[in-house]
Amino acid sequence: MARIIVVTSGKGGVGKTTTSAAIAMGLAKKGHKTAVIDFDVGLRNLDLIMGCERRVVYDFVNVINGEATLNQALIRDKHCDQLYVLPASQTRDKDALTQEGVGKILEELSKDFQYIVCDSPAGIEKGAHLAMYFADDAFVVTNPEVSSVRDSDRMLGILSSKSRRAEQSLEPIKEYLLLSRYSPERVKLGDMLSVDDVQDILSLHLLGVIPESKSVLTASNSGVPVILDDKSDAGQAYADIVARYLGEDRPHRFIDEKKGLFGKLFGGK
Amino acid sequence: MSLLNYFKINKTSSASLAKERLQILVAHERTSRNQPSYLPQLQQEILEVIRKYVNVGQDAITVNFEQDDNQETLELNIVLPDYHPKSF
Repeated sequence: MARIIVVTSGKGGVGKTTTSAAIAMGLAKKGHKTAVIDFDVGLRNLDLIMGCERRVVYDFVNVINGEATLNQALIRDKHCDQLYVLPASQTRDKDALTQEGVGKILEELSKDFQYIVCDSPAGIEKGAHLAMYFADDAFVVTNPEVSSVRDSDRMLGILSSKSRRAEQSLEPIKEYLLLSRYSPERVKLGDMLSVDDVQDILSLHLLGVIPESKSVLTASNSGVPVILDDKSDAGQAYADIVARYLGEDRPHRFIDEKKGLFGKLFGGK
Repeated sequence: MSLLNYFKINKTSSASLAKERLQILVAHERTSRNQPSYLPQLQQEILEVIRKYVNVGQDAITVNFEQDDNQETLELNIVLPDYHPKSF
């Protein structure tokens, strides 16, 4: 049986697709057979971030409609043979995804895969609803910024009332906080909500902090999940996150600012 | 105490302002999240019934829904005006 992870946030532009690509790659690199699914029907982008946009032949909706088999639609990642991508459809029909169709595909994938990562679209419409509905775990990606924190809280409410686990009174979805685009320097200056502030408000288990990093854009430019850039801070942050999720005990990093020479001389502490 | 701290100006940071605003907002939204969805309509219909007899304003009724472990309470508060033009 596969574990189904939804990467969600409510708000757009906080790093859901970057995170989906990174953690799916991280899990696969650890030897777990992983599928990552783009639920953003009409605005497909996971394929670009994963660097497989030119190999898309069939998509999620084709499989639901029986126009292609799962095996035909799944794209094997070029960096890791344990990782497969199921791209979203570019159709403008917003009813293309159905709960029944999604359920069937996830069930079929569950037989063969260990982890299924569902990349949710922004908002709380159908695509976002279906991305989280069957989930076992939720990675809530949040930026240290008021609108993102508010939307994350809203999403938590939906996870705990509208999901399959909620409807069938099963054990609730396990929710984790991934705080992205974090800038310790700005937190220190009092310009940005700190990890503790966000946790005070959302009361979530912190899986990791991803620092604001140039390497995220570089990675998306070249279509390589940022976790493969193991020299970069963001890449290391995602590697930590995957390890912690799999039960490893790793101390949190990237919460305090890096001290330059000047800071070391005068920073105290 | 570092040398740099000496020069820092002590003012309310925008981050603490953000936190305060979020705490209030999120607490408010969490209570309304658990309310049954029929509440606004219920309030409207009760208002219409009361208006048949007493001329009350739109905000004369407050409906509060509270939930604790073993019971749900629906609290209805209607403020009647001092003078009832429609009463006999």
